[in-house]
Amino acid sequence: MKTTLLAGALGLLLPVMGLAGEYNLTVDRVQIDTGDFVKEGIGYNGASPGPVLRFKEGEEVSINVTNNLNEMTSIHWHGLILPFTQDGVPGISFPGIEPGGTFTYKFPITQSGTYWFHSHSGFQEPDGAYGAIVIEPEGREPFRYDRDYVVQLTDKHPHSGDRIMRNLKIMPDYYNREQQTVGDFFSEASENGLMATVKDRMAWGDMRMMKADVEDLQGFTGLINGKGPDQNWTGIFEPGERIRLRFINSSAMAYFDIRIPGLEMTVVQADGNNVQPVTVDEFRIGVAETYDVIVRPKEEQAYTIFAESMGRSGYARGTLAPEAGMVAAVPELREAARLTMADMSGMEGMDHSSMEGMEGMDHSKMTGMAQSDMKGMEGMDHSKMAGMDHSNMAMASAGGASDPFYAAGSGLVPTAANGGKFLSYADLRAQKPLYDEREPTREIELKLTGNMERYTWSINGVKYEDADPIRLQYGERVRFKFVNTTMMTHPMHLHGMWSMLDVGAGQLNPVKHTISVQPGTTVYMETEVDEPGQWAFHCHLSYHAAAGMFRKVIVEGGPESTQAASDDQSGDVGGDA
Amino acid sequence: MKLWTPLIVGTVLGLSVMPTLAFAQERLRDTTERKAPLKVRGAQFEEFEYRYSDDDEELGVWSGDFFYGTDELKVRWLTKGEYAIEEQAYEKLENQIVGQIPISDFFDAKAGIRFDTPEGPDRTYAVLGVAGLAPQWFEIDANLYVSKDGDTSAALDAEYELLFTNYWILSATLDATVAFSEDREIGVGKGLVSTETGLRLSYDLIDRAFSPYVGVVHERKYGNTADFARADGGGTESWFAVVGARFLF
Repeated sequence: MKTTLLAGALGLLLPVMGLAGEYNLTVDRVQIDTGDFVKEGIGYNGASPGPVLRFKEGEEVSINVTNNLNEMTSIHWHGLILPFTQDGVPGISFPGIEPGGTFTYKFPITQSGTYWFHSHSGFQEPDGAYGAIVIEPEGREPFRYDRDYVVQLTDKHPHSGDRIMRNLKIMPDYYNREQQTVGDFFSEASENGLMATVKDRMAWGDMRMMKADVEDLQGFTGLINGKGPDQNWTGIFEPGERIRLRFINSSAMAYFDIRIPGLEMTVVQADGNNVQPVTVDEFRIGVAETYDVIVRPKEEQAYTIFAESMGRSGYARGTLAPEAGMVAAVPELREAARLTMADMSGMEGMDHSSMEGMEGMDHSKMTGMAQSDMKGMEGMDHSKMAGMDHSNMAMASAGGASDPFYAAGSGLVPTAANGGKFLSYADLRAQKPLYDEREPTREIELKLTGNMERYTWSINGVKYEDADPIRLQYGERVRFKFVNTTMMTHPMHLHGMWSMLDVGAGQLNPVKHTISVQPGTTVYMETEVDEPGQWAFHCHLSYHAAAGMFRKVIVEGGPESTQAASDDQSGDVGGDA
Repeated sequence: MKLWTPLIVGTVLGLSVMPTLAFAQERLRDTTERKAPLKVRGAQFEEFEYRYSDDDEELGVWSGDFFYGTDELKVRWLTKGEYAIEEQAYEKLENQIVGQIPISDFFDAKAGIRFDTPEGPDRTYAVLGVAGLAPQWFEIDANLYVSKDGDTSAALDAEYELLFTNYWILSATLDATVAFSEDREIGVGKGLVSTETGLRLSYDLIDRAFSPYVGVVHERKYGNTADFARADGGGTESWFAVVGARFLF
């Protein structure tokens, strides 16, 4: 006890890098100034975001976390492969860290790349309790760069997490200020005809769904490394240098579309794992994901890092510049995204007459078509739909773009602002396979479910509070099938074991920790069940997880001394009650 | 191909440092808040206003509710009143305590008790109702009331919001009451009793927590109820200009 106290005290005095292998973090109440507003929040070592923890692959770390709050806390090391007791989820990995207490995390670093850490208690993470992790590999990296910067994004909101949750429960559109108005009605009517617009409104009104339901939580200020757009986080470079930008989306709710006008970005890593380089003009980063990109600014000028939220209700901005104080133009926000009927296609309880209308549609008609003309899609027959291969669907979204990881005709398909290449999951290929290829031993279907009007979120229709754990057997390879029946995007995060996203590349499928499942789509991932214990598995949107889209996973078997709880061997497959 | 060695070494090392803790974790059950049903409390006043009638009557009017509970069960206290400012008397004063449970994706059922304690005779009713969101975005609240003496009535409240912008909102409301039996003492005749129609233009000033509005309200009594009102020397129809605010907190 004395030593932990001493370690905790040292933590206050020493910088994080003080002792090799030993790190100290304090969890503190802090002030967060976004430039738009100042609020009380939670941070690490006196600041939000917390420090960048720099580890080395092969290192045995011990991290003393001292809780200076008057409530329980915890730290989850997002994306790190470690013993489950060190994973930091209260109620699943450990009881949590008491106020005034210190918990020492000890685990070996068995991987490299860009990751992050955050509290897994209450709404401490949206309140500011997050930081970055950079792990230097043992061997050489398969790409070169002259300097690197962490670019950690968040959607800082003036309200506390508790208050946001409560407001969303009382009124799910509390924060939605992108709703369709009378003015929108008339401009659409003049564009598409009055009847078409009325029919469109009736179709959505009949479902009691809003096209504008892209972002539940608006009114935030996007931050880069804790700095608001006006505070303008700046990374310095010398022209000609290769800069590695380690993008981390630590938002509670916001997806960001990221671009650096004037620079191409070469994506070299996703969720900490190297991918075969792919050069893009823009990419979308889901909540909790990380992407490492390399840029090479050749000119002696400033470049804006512009991160627009998916629903276009807010943005984060930073700058790359040869000298501090230099700035480049900040682009305007693009028009708000709107859901289409295609995004609703996973919804249960929709009329299933036939899919004729959809099959009959040809590409040219579909392109640039307004929602109102999409009425044929209302009647989608799911049984036929199931057999469809998204990657072969020739239909484009309302905006003309298509991406196999979005519903065909989705209003959410991103396009690059400069008309260039926008990264898709389909572009991701692992640099090196992490596991030998083998057939999955079984498939587990997880329907992502919810009710927007009640703001309840669940898996297979069951909220966490009512759910049994998902039981996996040590040594099996499980294929998870995510079926998104909701109109929202869900970044699904399995703790403790890798998620290999099926992009149809077999052994080269990218290895991730968080997988975004777009509305109306089915996405597969495979997991080698090679870590015993019990783990969390949830949607990483803070308020969706808290509203029930969360599961405990129990890995049964494995090394004897580490077997997890086996309360009742119900042997249920999907984890639903 | 797999990086077995570091993983195994890592797992063994990681667990060997605290074998006792690892054992203690084995039976860890999630008893955190996350595993408990989410409890929500709230208060909202759809109407909190000053009314000025076409015959110079001044009223203070409110309609609001306080609630606490989970997705599966909420307790709600609904309160409504009309206070005549000159007479310093409650023309209407109605409080309900109901339990509320979901019965479909968009609707809840409610059951409870309603106490009417205005100036004049009091009444107590049993309440059974449904409330929710109907297709095309109509907020519906329909209730059946049975008094201690067996008088039954029903009330339907409907509301529709038109968004001029995302902050300027026009809400149209219709409240209608039908009685299935007469209650002469409180001036209620059998049949359609009364309607109250309102149009309120509000502006969301502080989030959705405080939205001031102006509007017009039309009240009308019908059939026997109107006859009773006339017999008692009252009017049967009024127009009001209203100014007030919606609250949510």
